[in-house]
Amino acid sequence: MAPKPQVGVLALQGDVEEHLAALERAGARGVAVKNRAALDACEALVIPGGESTTVIRLLDRFALAEPLRERVRAGMPLWGTCMGMIVVARAVAGLDQPTLGLLDVTVRRNAFGRQNDSAEVELAIPALGEPAFPAIFIRAPWIESAGATVELLASYGEHGVMVRQGNVLGTSFHPELTADPRVHRYFLGMLAP
Amino acid sequence: MEQKGTLTVKRGLAQMLKGGVIMDVVTPEQAVIAQEAGAVAVMALERIPADIRAAGGVARMSNLELIRSIMDAVTIPVMAKVRIGHIGEAQVLQALGVDFIDESEVLTPADDKFHLAKNDYTTPFVCGARDLGEALRRIAEGAAMIRSKGEAGSGNIVEAVRHMRAIGDGIRELTVAPKEELVARARDLGAPLDLVTYVAENGKLPVVLFCAGGVSTPADASLMMQLGAEGIFVGSGIFKSNDPKAFSQAIVAATTHYDDPKAVVEASLSLGRDATAMEGIDLRRIPESELLASRGA
Repeated sequence: MAPKPQVGVLALQGDVEEHLAALERAGARGVAVKNRAALDACEALVIPGGESTTVIRLLDRFALAEPLRERVRAGMPLWGTCMGMIVVARAVAGLDQPTLGLLDVTVRRNAFGRQNDSAEVELAIPALGEPAFPAIFIRAPWIESAGATVELLASYGEHGVMVRQGNVLGTSFHPELTADPRVHRYFLGMLAP
Repeated sequence: MEQKGTLTVKRGLAQMLKGGVIMDVVTPEQAVIAQEAGAVAVMALERIPADIRAAGGVARMSNLELIRSIMDAVTIPVMAKVRIGHIGEAQVLQALGVDFIDESEVLTPADDKFHLAKNDYTTPFVCGARDLGEALRRIAEGAAMIRSKGEAGSGNIVEAVRHMRAIGDGIRELTVAPKEELVARARDLGAPLDLVTYVAENGKLPVVLFCAGGVSTPADASLMMQLGAEGIFVGSGIFKSNDPKAFSQAIVAATTHYDDPKAVVEASLSLGRDATAMEGIDLRRIPESELLASRGA
């Protein structure tokens, strides 16, 4: 049996444990990443749900932004969920918020509204097949616009909520809060064989 | 097709706040300072607990115009407090659209017997607890997040430590209790059996657990995280210090790297030589009638 891939979860803030557990369920070894050494040791990285303004500042303060960019540009698979998708985006609509610029999309933060508009939705994701995916949106962003090489994997209403560009995946929702491992498995499938 | 206000999305927002610091603010300007320092949410208040304590009298839900101006000033979630059991205040804050409601002992209780039926609301609630039974009663009522009560506005961490240890001890005891004891344990805890069983099987609460009440320094934050807190509320500790910006950044850094003493050193050094944390109060000097933690059980 092939060794389990070691997948990092950026652990500066957010729902780290939930992603670690979901990665284990999907067949990977999940590792919390708080520093450079842990980042260097992982084969793929998840940026979890949380607060984007907090995490983008901590990435800078702890000198992780540049090494992370370099790894991803060199091909390491990266997946941002909700806050993570904001952090990896090219820009944030209407806000002068710094981002990592690794996914050629403009996101709109809190696009569906405040917490009272957070919702559970049965979401059709053709790449995952049937049945629909139980998508959990919490103060979620959506894709406002995307570059030509960005593949739209799922939309809710008028807007993209799951996209992929090469080795970078973004979801507005939180697969780590469900028992359905399909998005985590899809992400593991992005690792080079 | 689309379900709002479910247990999952209410508890889910608290999960997104984990590993972060939630700061009390009394103006939009303070909210912006908190956001820029890396706060994951702000608690919008008219007065911070230290000043509520000093002022005495009846403390109520904050001015709505103030809360709204804070909601407009930042992109992070905004929380606000209601008096224990105050249905009217809770409905108003939900209609205003705050992201989280704190049913808080820091305000003067409106109901001396009962807490809110929090499952009735779309907006998630956080409640204080001093031990496991109290935490589970609040969760049974619908709290989507629990925080230690500590002794708010005291600058003294001892009560928060006591509460966090009591909650942790209660959880550990259940994980080793034989199954046939659980009904009696539920009776003794004053908590529903399904929640007691959940804790026994999972070794944790079914909702996120934060620390509140008395955090004033980066090392305080590190201490509470090591005692099992999943994040930190800082009330008076930031805007009663001599340098709120530096203190807020340092407490955020120490919360992330709580298990790395070198990082906590760096965070503490970043405060500079003149750093002065808020003044603390020896709790033995506070008359029993003025202790906040004993409100609501």
